[in-house]
Amino acid sequence: MTTSALRDLVIRHPGQGDEQPFLEVVDLHVHFPTDDGLVKSVDGLSFALDRGRTLGIVGESGSGKSVTSLAIMGLHTRPASERSRPGAQLSGEIYLDGDELLNKTPEYVRGLRGKRMAMIFQDPLSAMNPYYTVGHQIVEAYRIHNPVNNKVARKHAIDLLGRVGIPEPSRRVDAYPHQFSGGMRQRAMIAMALSCDPDLLMADEPTTALDVTVQAQILDLIRDLQREFNSSVVLITHDLGVVAELADDVLVMYAGRAMEYGSAEQLFNRPAHPYTWGLLGSMPRFDRTRSERLLAITGSPPSLINVPPGCPFHPRCGYASQNGGLSEEIRPELIPVEPGHTVACHLSQTDREQIWEHEIAPKL
Amino acid sequence: MTASTQKPAEAAAEQDSDLIIVEGLIKHFPIRAGILRRQVAAVQAVDGLDFSVKRGETFSIVGESGCGKSTTARLLTRLLEPTAGKITLEGRDITHLKDGAMRPLRRDVQMIFQDPFSSLNPRHTVGKIVGAPFRIQGVDPPGGVKKAVQDLLAAVGLNPEHYNRYPHEFSGGQRQRIGIARTLALRPRLIVADEPVSALDVSIQAQILNLLEDLQSEFDLTYVIIAHDLSVVRYVSDRVAVMYLGKIVELADAEVLYRAPMHPYTVALMSAVPVPDTRRRQERERILLSGDVPSPISPPPACRFHTRCWKAQEICRTKEPPLVELLPRHQVACHFPENYPDPAVNATSPEASLR
Repeated sequence: MTTSALRDLVIRHPGQGDEQPFLEVVDLHVHFPTDDGLVKSVDGLSFALDRGRTLGIVGESGSGKSVTSLAIMGLHTRPASERSRPGAQLSGEIYLDGDELLNKTPEYVRGLRGKRMAMIFQDPLSAMNPYYTVGHQIVEAYRIHNPVNNKVARKHAIDLLGRVGIPEPSRRVDAYPHQFSGGMRQRAMIAMALSCDPDLLMADEPTTALDVTVQAQILDLIRDLQREFNSSVVLITHDLGVVAELADDVLVMYAGRAMEYGSAEQLFNRPAHPYTWGLLGSMPRFDRTRSERLLAITGSPPSLINVPPGCPFHPRCGYASQNGGLSEEIRPELIPVEPGHTVACHLSQTDREQIWEHEIAPKL
Repeated sequence: MTASTQKPAEAAAEQDSDLIIVEGLIKHFPIRAGILRRQVAAVQAVDGLDFSVKRGETFSIVGESGCGKSTTARLLTRLLEPTAGKITLEGRDITHLKDGAMRPLRRDVQMIFQDPFSSLNPRHTVGKIVGAPFRIQGVDPPGGVKKAVQDLLAAVGLNPEHYNRYPHEFSGGQRQRIGIARTLALRPRLIVADEPVSALDVSIQAQILNLLEDLQSEFDLTYVIIAHDLSVVRYVSDRVAVMYLGKIVELADAEVLYRAPMHPYTVALMSAVPVPDTRRRQERERILLSGDVPSPISPPPACRFHTRCWKAQEICRTKEPPLVELLPRHQVACHFPENYPDPAVNATSPEASLR
């Protein structure tokens, strides 16, 4: 399939009209050559995100969700340079507000980072420099993109720290990262990411390292700030609860590919892919009395060097045998099941609805 | 239960079914400074716990980081020496047993660790790892160690032929299974599991939770599970204790606790859990706690939660609320509990008379 044909197929949220999506990823491949073989971390991924919306990318470890975020941010080492580390092989297209990023120079992308797109990492302690004060690290990013003196930038940093809910920001601005608690560090990193009002905020497991009460504070903060700045947010997480809490749209990834995409409402109420069923069935429910055993997915995620042919999920899928060998041989493309809801699965529409209604939904 | 049960006959009956009883358990880690290494302060990690675990039940301890739940696990397994208090295992006081005297008891009490990567020796084969308890305890299982190990591997869902493989050849979930096989080797009565699934992916987590459940009935096990994930805790537990800054603030049957939590901290904790249901997104009312957990070096006086509690009043700052059984099988340490049917009953409860 040609790239242009793929672009037409790119999953879009209904009702967005002809307007160009703010972020668009088309047939993205990220491969890492290693001594053991080619690791296909992301293998033909396409999605789109509009301004002001939040996309949740869900998947288990090794599904390629973080690699995708690093590709968008332009943070992979390219193999072109003569380094000992071979780096990543990227192909496909990434459009930020119509601007293709993968064919741009690293210098150009660096100019966008921080200003147009910013990232919140999982572990704030390792994402911050322990040698510099928190304020210094915020000021640094701000001054690169804005021609202001140190005094103005410092005032801006204090404002930001106050905005993300750090008490006594004018005093805390001179503290070092280790003097902050985990939740405060995460707030400081959010302040850093927001310093230039980015249009795109990538959050890679922003609350995974935090306690549940602090997680609630941070999720609220991200939601409020997004509304205030009308920025687009890509939220990468393994926690379906966090996704249901924050995301407008959800992309489910497995072995570097998109398995299912839809609005959060569609995905949680009418999930269409057996892998999504498995994820939902594997989760102990906080909000319900337990009725049955967990519907665990058998086996473990595949090696990304030897991804199973056909549907990568077929060795762990209880329904692959119903498709007359299709699942084992032919890689399923994303096909629409309802407006704005696509799934990469060979099950027929009737089979899928039958299984969901009679076998899965009653047990969740 | 034991601490609050008043009737002696009832207490005796309960003693029978109690596998492990903890009374007034305290663990303070000294902080030393200066040339003389004098103790200048102490981290009050665990500060007065009273609970008991019945045979065959799953007792969970939940709380946020720093609340002392892992320290409690290490005290129960006597990997740490308690500062004060008493631990009774099957009627025997094990609080201050020396290593040598404790060793035979280690057959009865085993531990599952959180990290399946650091809890297995990378230089030992699976056979050697799972067979280690037999060697250390000098046990000669019928049919030989190798057969016993292979049976154990099969019991936890691993291929017995992998006997000679090394830990790095296994995935995270499989390694956790190896660790579980090792704990089962000596047929323990009590397994203390410290965050047994938190390092695993969702789909693997479900496999391990199902396995733990199967093993409990197959091997007649009692579990003490330490976890921070309230969804996992609801799924596995019979009874749940909620800890905050080294103290149990609430202890009840899991279903009751999740349906009608009474301590404000439990209420806040539960309101903060993200639920995978978009329909609930609008309806839910979230109680946002401000600030962070105070330092366990100098915890707030009286009720330790008063600095973050929206119901706190003067008495909460001056008088520590004891853990009392306000409703049957439901202990709470709070002056102003939530979900309490009749506020007038407060007047007769022990802590109300202190006001």
